[in-house]
Amino acid sequence: MDGMKIKPIPDELMPLPSAVFHILVSLADVDRHGYAIIQDVTARTGGEVKLGPGTLYRSIQRMLEQDLIVEADTRPAPDADDERRRYYRITPFGRQVARAEAERLSGLVALARARGLLSRKA
Amino acid sequence: MRWYSALLHLYPRSFRVEYGDELIAVFRSRARDARGGRAKVSLWLEVILDTATSAAAAHLDLARQDVRSAARAVRRSPGFSLTVVLVAALGIGATAAAFAVTDHVLLRPLPFSRPERLVKLYQDQSFRGYSRMELSPPNFLDWQRESRAFLGMGAYSSWSSNLLGAGDPVRLDGATVTGSVFAVLGVAPSLGRALTTIDDQPASARALVISHSLWMTQFGGRPDVLGQSVLLDDEAHTIVGVMPPSFNFPSRQTSFWAPLRLTGELLEDRTNWYLNVVARLKDEVSLEQARAEMKGIAAQLALAYPDANARSGATVIELRDEVTRQARLTLWALAGASLCMLLIACTNLASLLLSRTLDRHRELSVRAALGAGRDRLVRQMLTENLLLTAIGGAIGGIAAAAVVPLVTRLVPISLPIADVPALDARLLGICLIVTMGTGLLFGVLPPLKLASSASLDGLKDGARTGVSRATERLRSMLVVGEITASMVLIVCAGLLLQALWRVQGVNPGFQVSGVLTLRTSLPMPKYAATSARQRFYDQVLDEIRTLPGVRHAGYISFLPMVMRGGIWPITVDGQPLDSQNPHTVSLRQISPGFFDALRIPLLRGRDVRDSDRPDSPRVVVVSESFVKRHWPSLDPLGRRVSFAFGELEVVGVVQDIKVRGLERESEPQIYLAAAQFPDNSLLYYSPKDLVVGADGDLQALVLLLRTAVTRADPQVPVSDIRPLSEIVEADMAARVVQVRVLGAFAATAFLLAAVGLHGLLAFSVAARTREIGVRFALGATPAGVMRLVVGRGLLLAACGIGVGLVLAAWAASALQTLLFGVDPRHAGVYAAAIALCLAIAVLGTVLPALRAMRVDLLDAIRAE
Repeated sequence: MDGMKIKPIPDELMPLPSAVFHILVSLADVDRHGYAIIQDVTARTGGEVKLGPGTLYRSIQRMLEQDLIVEADTRPAPDADDERRRYYRITPFGRQVARAEAERLSGLVALARARGLLSRKA
Repeated sequence: MRWYSALLHLYPRSFRVEYGDELIAVFRSRARDARGGRAKVSLWLEVILDTATSAAAAHLDLARQDVRSAARAVRRSPGFSLTVVLVAALGIGATAAAFAVTDHVLLRPLPFSRPERLVKLYQDQSFRGYSRMELSPPNFLDWQRESRAFLGMGAYSSWSSNLLGAGDPVRLDGATVTGSVFAVLGVAPSLGRALTTIDDQPASARALVISHSLWMTQFGGRPDVLGQSVLLDDEAHTIVGVMPPSFNFPSRQTSFWAPLRLTGELLEDRTNWYLNVVARLKDEVSLEQARAEMKGIAAQLALAYPDANARSGATVIELRDEVTRQARLTLWALAGASLCMLLIACTNLASLLLSRTLDRHRELSVRAALGAGRDRLVRQMLTENLLLTAIGGAIGGIAAAAVVPLVTRLVPISLPIADVPALDARLLGICLIVTMGTGLLFGVLPPLKLASSASLDGLKDGARTGVSRATERLRSMLVVGEITASMVLIVCAGLLLQALWRVQGVNPGFQVSGVLTLRTSLPMPKYAATSARQRFYDQVLDEIRTLPGVRHAGYISFLPMVMRGGIWPITVDGQPLDSQNPHTVSLRQISPGFFDALRIPLLRGRDVRDSDRPDSPRVVVVSESFVKRHWPSLDPLGRRVSFAFGELEVVGVVQDIKVRGLERESEPQIYLAAAQFPDNSLLYYSPKDLVVGADGDLQALVLLLRTAVTRADPQVPVSDIRPLSEIVEADMAARVVQVRVLGAFAATAFLLAAVGLHGLLAFSVAARTREIGVRFALGATPAGVMRLVVGRGLLLAACGIGVGLVLAAWAASALQTLLFGVDPRHAGVYAAAIALCLAIAVLGTVLPALRAMRVDLLDAIRAE
């Protein structure tokens, strides 16, 4: 890794690819390993978003380079027969980016609502 | 699980190494969670889709990164990058241009329907030196009627004519063709219709088909050109069709096609050989079978008409083969030379990239130590090398496209093709192939080499900067290869230059400078009467001779080196004509003043003069070789020769001129007085070329000459205005182009080889700085160290020269027919080539040797 990299301002990363956003959300509360992220995303979206493993790790690779996440540690996963797994953790910068993306999305929603595209209740 | 592991190979290696285990773990968990056959199937489908898309994206990511960092590296060392790009551009450009021309002339199918089935037919009169003699009309008709091997057979003949009815009168080169010709070639007109056999009938109106370029230039590309009536030599023709631009038959100068009608007296003379014949083989008939059949038919005709046809055979060749051996050889030489260039460029590239890779050995070792995967590093260097070669390839391709029109002199006019090869996908393809080949081969090897050797060695304190013995040997071989190729190119270029000098030294027999020529083609039948022509010539010549600066002016049938034919059998001193072995001469009509204008020395007797009128005895002036052949020890003056319509008395002897061009033997010449020709006979030979010998600026005369012609007859077009020197230069043009192209190649090769040698020695001196320093410390003298470096360079040069000598001798003997009698083992040329190659060695050695002499022990040790 190139430690000298200057942190880009979040706007340059925007809009965030949806896989990246989902991964950030999934890591917001707790460190997870790959399969746990896939399961969490599937569960939270009611099965609508299914991250493929290839897509997941490609996203992870880029997110590591972008300093959105870091590898927390490697430890046995409780659900996987003691197989050692890599755990990922969101960085403060990752949080900043995720927040910015959420605000951008909610701005869009507000806009749609103001124009009557969306009912108040929804 | 094995299947999934296999699937993971779709990812870039670095990604697979990093995340392979994780991916497998995820897959295992999902496989465990997926219960039932349907779930398993859908898991697999998902996984395959997911892997394929994300693997492609991962590759793309990497490539983007590589290109970005390659671009950064290129910017960091602009000098090196520029050198690589230029060298690549040179090699690729030369190869592409040479390929484009060679392909155009020798390889590509002719622009006709199924061109491989098209053949040309000739009478084989090898017994008197003509294996490809044109046919006479009656022989053509017999061949056409008797043969079974062909789907169709057509005859054509060139016809230059004045076109009236579309703007100013213009002189055009065209062809008369039998109606079957278009059907045989199988090319449809782009507008209107082609000629058919119905047009051959004397009763049909005269139809005319015009070329695309004539349509554009004279008729503005208007579609209503069809049905328009024009005058060709005073005969009304109706335009019925326009051919597509690619139709250049029989040559690229042809701009119209008129019906060829073989009737009347044309059918009586079997020695009137002037028809070209093209035919299309039947599908089931081979070329050999057709040859056998035609041989039989020719033998029958020889029996039936022994006077004209005895010993005449038949020659059948593919239309594609209407290329002289010289033209073919020139192109192969060009292709060979360009391959040499490519070879040199490639070895230089390899050498450059290799040294660059080694230069960065330490940097790469550091990066490897910091955790960058080795394959990532190799991949990055590969991208850099490919990027540079690709830029070079693009520039080379553009250069090739720009250069190709300059070598059109190498495209023979005997082929029915355009003068400039169309730049198409093939040229692009060859550029791509050569670029990729060069880039991959020479861009990949060095990094791979590095990968096999790169380790943490580079970091070891004081490690030699990574010059393995094998690498040095490889680079030495590359340099030897460059010198070898330079040697071959220099020798070939030198021999061709010698040949050019020799041709330039040939005396054409006439004064080349200070003569202006132009053509005034007299429309027929208006000028069919000799007296009418004579009035025209007299008026024009009288007026011109009064112009300021004009020394002499005269008319002749055809200019030497422009019209090389016009060869006739002749009898001497009343002996009967020997049809088996007739004495042939180059026959011309002239007006008084022709010899003076060209300063052709009159050796004996007199010139033709104004008093030689139709009613006075017919006279002829012959050339020196004619006298040598017939009356080696007798006085030629007053002797008689006879030709078609009667006896002529020899009144003068002039020096021979090179009618057929500087490089060929010409028949003896005889000159008849134009004024003594009977009306209506041999109109084709009536004088049309005006030669004006003048002092001062020839261009200033042009307008005055035009005015003089227009005053004599405004309907006579003036064309082909050019100095005689231009005609003689055109005769040597192909040779000049050859020498220039090969010379340019040789010069570039020379420079590249010097650069290559310098690069190698400079690098090895740099790498051995410490060794040299130690040598100094141990008492070596600067001269000794210099000997070490120079000796190395000279050794390499000697190897290259040795191998080069053998290859050059071989190449030179292959070129022999192009050398115009210059000995392929010409000692001077080889000596010069050796000297130049040694100069390469000296040039390449000087700087590194000086640097080696200046090595300072303290510096050498401090550098560690």
